[in-house]
Amino acid sequence: MKKNIIIKVCTGTGGIASGGEEVLSAFRDAVSSSGIKAIFNERCSAQKVGCRGFCAKDVLVDVIINGEKTTYKHIKQDMVQRIVDEHILNGKAVEEWTVGEDYHTFHDRQTKVVLSHCGEIDPEDINAYMAVGGYDAARKAVCSMTPKEIVDTVKNSNLRGRGGAGFPTGLKWELGMRIKSDIKYVICNGDEGDPGAFMDRSVMEGDPHSVIEGMIICAKATESGHGYIYVRAEYPLAVKRLQMAIDQCRENGFLGSNIFGSGFDFDLRIFQGAGAFVCGEATALMRSIEGKRGMPSPKLWRSAEKGLWDRPTVLNNVETFANIPRIIMNGAEWYSNLGTERSGGTKVFSLSGKVKNTGLIEVPFGTSLKKIIYDIGGGIEGGKAFKALQTGGPSGGCIPAESLEIEVDYESLAQAGSIMGSGGMVVLDETSCMVNTAKFFLEFTQAESCGKCTPCRIGTKRMLEILERITSGNGKEEDIDLLEELCRYIRAASLCGLGMTAPNPVLSTLRYFRDEYEAHIRDKRCPAAVCKDLITYSVVEELCTGCGACKRACPADAVRGTRKSPHRIDADACVKCGTCFDACKFKAIRKQ
Amino acid sequence: MVNLTIDGKKVRVRKLSTLLDAAGKLDIPIPTLCHHPALSPFGGCRLCLVEVNGSPKPVAACTTFAKEGMEVVTSNPRLEKMRRTTLELILSDHPQDCMVCERAGDCKLQELAYFYGIRENRFKGERRIYEKKDGNPFLVRDMEKCILCGKCVRICDEIQGVGAIDFAYRGMKTKICPPFERDLDCEFCGQCVSVCPTGALTGRMWANKGRQNFKEVDTICPYCGCGCNITLHIWRNKVRRVSSREDTPNEGWLCAKGRFGYSFINHRHRLKKPLIRIAPKEKDEGRGRKEEINPSSAPRPSAIFREASWDEALDYIAVRLKEVKEKHGQDAIGGLSSARCTNEENYLFQKFMRAVIGTNNIDHCARY
Ligand SMILES: Cc1cc2nc3c(=O)[nH]c(=O)nc-3n(C[C@H](O)[C@H](O)[C@H](O)COP(=O)(O)O)c2cc1C
Ligand code: SF4
Ligand code: SF4
Repeated sequence: MKKNIIIKVCTGTGGIASGGEEVLSAFRDAVSSSGIKAIFNERCSAQKVGCRGFCAKDVLVDVIINGEKTTYKHIKQDMVQRIVDEHILNGKAVEEWTVGEDYHTFHDRQTKVVLSHCGEIDPEDINAYMAVGGYDAARKAVCSMTPKEIVDTVKNSNLRGRGGAGFPTGLKWELGMRIKSDIKYVICNGDEGDPGAFMDRSVMEGDPHSVIEGMIICAKATESGHGYIYVRAEYPLAVKRLQMAIDQCRENGFLGSNIFGSGFDFDLRIFQGAGAFVCGEATALMRSIEGKRGMPSPKLWRSAEKGLWDRPTVLNNVETFANIPRIIMNGAEWYSNLGTERSGGTKVFSLSGKVKNTGLIEVPFGTSLKKIIYDIGGGIEGGKAFKALQTGGPSGGCIPAESLEIEVDYESLAQAGSIMGSGGMVVLDETSCMVNTAKFFLEFTQAESCGKCTPCRIGTKRMLEILERITSGNGKEEDIDLLEELCRYIRAASLCGLGMTAPNPVLSTLRYFRDEYEAHIRDKRCPAAVCKDLITYSVVEELCTGCGACKRACPADAVRGTRKSPHRIDADACVKCGTCFDACKFKAIRKQ
Repeated sequence: MVNLTIDGKKVRVRKLSTLLDAAGKLDIPIPTLCHHPALSPFGGCRLCLVEVNGSPKPVAACTTFAKEGMEVVTSNPRLEKMRRTTLELILSDHPQDCMVCERAGDCKLQELAYFYGIRENRFKGERRIYEKKDGNPFLVRDMEKCILCGKCVRICDEIQGVGAIDFAYRGMKTKICPPFERDLDCEFCGQCVSVCPTGALTGRMWANKGRQNFKEVDTICPYCGCGCNITLHIWRNKVRRVSSREDTPNEGWLCAKGRFGYSFINHRHRLKKPLIRIAPKEKDEGRGRKEEINPSSAPRPSAIFREASWDEALDYIAVRLKEVKEKHGQDAIGGLSSARCTNEENYLFQKFMRAVIGTNNIDHCARY
């Protein structure tokens, strides 16, 4: 019998970082050198596969024999030979390396639309994309749909911008369609500056053609001839794969002049950004492409009227564009039915923090936060208690346990004091200090302010200084009021979204975790024992066996005591590094 | 045209007018620091925030178009509180040295702080500290006083077309500087100085030469035929600064010579009376130069020239021109005029050469 063997290795950025390239070449070598071909007459193909959204288990490898798939986790180069020997040659999977139940629940409970190709097809091969129906939507739109039909389909799909604000995409395109101009632009925003976010990167790396296809459809709807994909230079793999995809499109006549033989011209190019968070803001992004400093401009005109080089411009996020081909092929109704009344379709989130299964996930709008954290994320790591969910990146807020029932969409998150943002989700457990968390995000936003307007440039800095004061035990009673006032002021007075949303982490933690702020200020105590200046290490005499492990470990010689009798920590000498806490096997060091 | 109400008063303005323009028409003051009517809208200082019906958030009057039926409120306790906070924040990152600042009394920030009575500041914190270095002869750039209004950047780019400076860095470290933070090396027109609302940009020649009780004298720049309107700031009979008013044909813009080239006025070498040569020609060839290089070896000017009255000088010229023309013909005479003369003077001079002397030997440093 002729066996059909396919090996898929995760070579997204996460996969490559874990050694994906080496694993792939090890498979190639092992398969060919073991002479499998001669004996079994097999056909093997090792494909490059993009991100599969479960980075905690990289490198992931699929071995598919006659359609039967076995998935391995944490595969290293030196493990390859055994898989080839036992599984490929003898048909017996290496059970101890295969993924467990959690892998299946992680994937089975998601609804993959945007990510449906990621990890399934070779992103560097246009034929692989076409084999799963790729460019059928663009061909249909360009050759047999009018701009109005496309716009109506997108409008009816209830698709809203995935860049953060959730502006209805159909409406944006309609404006772009109505305004007449000989030159118009379509821009894809792949700046993705939120720390910890990697949804757009995964799509650009794992399914670049879907983004380009979405842009072609948008170009037809708005009759634009030129496009830009703005990608940060820190995403070299995304840049490389997008460029390969663009080249392949040109060869196939999907980009350039007379695309799909329809007489319609559209071409696009990549613009690499230098990695400023603020360049993700639409107007700053356009200034950046124009060669100017990436600074948001006041919205005297809508981008649809005067955008890039003062020409009508439609700008959408990577994920927004990647949804478009599916909407054109499967219909607006199918898409809108996936989500809620207010938001159609699915949303990709990057789930990280103190949750068991970290990685990329995709769920329909309306999925409860609880389901995301517990069913897909597998709950809190290490059996600790859940404390808050931080959503929306540095511009977002923290949602407490009481609100986990809410069904995720733009409005519900905003009501809870956070935002959808680009879809970051960080799970915080009882060991996270909320004041410190707010400080962490503010450090980022204040450093990334473009410096143009006073509230954002100086106001966020002053907020950060107040938070630094509080976390170091120098907080004053009136600091909370001052913080709140600054938050409201910066939110109302800033020029662009960066400033307007920068206070969110502080506002939401003040709303739900005010007692923690008060404990820091009044009692000079950090309830989660995180803020270094407010914690002390001491020995619990009853538990101490006098083994001396802490004493040996302490780099500051702050532990006093003789063997077999309870030790003591000299508070004046202690540098609060926590080494003793980790060194003690008897849980006899108390941190508070 | 669109109709709107501002603080209860009706106003009719042209389409694409901003709320700031419209309020200006009604003479309603709205504070600003980054706005300049001749420059592109910026929206950075956020002092001009006003409330507009139907918008939950205040909007910047400088960057919002007036729309039909808009109802605008320019001042209420909420807005004034925000303006106060903005000023407090700016001042919390500003050296408190108005006492010795070159621009005290002529500073928009100081004036606003005064009007809002900002004595105490709730926001204390880190302030930018920059090393003071800028080796150029004309401008002092004290970037600790800069409030990042961006006017200097815009005027340099949009009016002057030079683009010598721009924003650099991010967050609190944002700073206006020339490329790679090198010393300024530009046209030194000083346009940036003229629009800077604070003491961040000043003329190097102004330093410690007085800031109050200036007598202002409007006059015309003597440097070229453009005839820009300038205003001399005079104290104790000496020019201390030169500026230009916005309501003049040159709209307040000047070049490096007009703005900074005033030291000749009281220079001891300045010619104030006509001089007639007394020493024979051969002796002083190239003398002017030599004198500069080695003044001690050169004969004193009084040994070569003597002072004369205008009548005597003009008579002398007339006689000599006549003599030369009679002896050598009209084409032995040539005339060189100057770009520092007015157009009218230059016209008259060539007319004189052609019609009176009868020669076409006439030229000018910027050509006739
Ligand atoms: C500070 C800031 C950063 C932003 N960063 C991004 C980004 O990295 N990617 C993105 O798609 N949108 C970003 N946005 C949102 C964009 O301004 C814009 O709204 C969005 O790209 C529009 O596309 P959409 O309608 O498809 O969401 C950012 C906005 C702000 C204010
Ligand atoms: S809010 Fe911040 S990032 Fe936005 S324009 Fe103002 S200073 Fe720049
Ligand atoms: S130097 Fe003056 S004009 Fe330039 S940005 Fe600073 S304050 Fe404004």
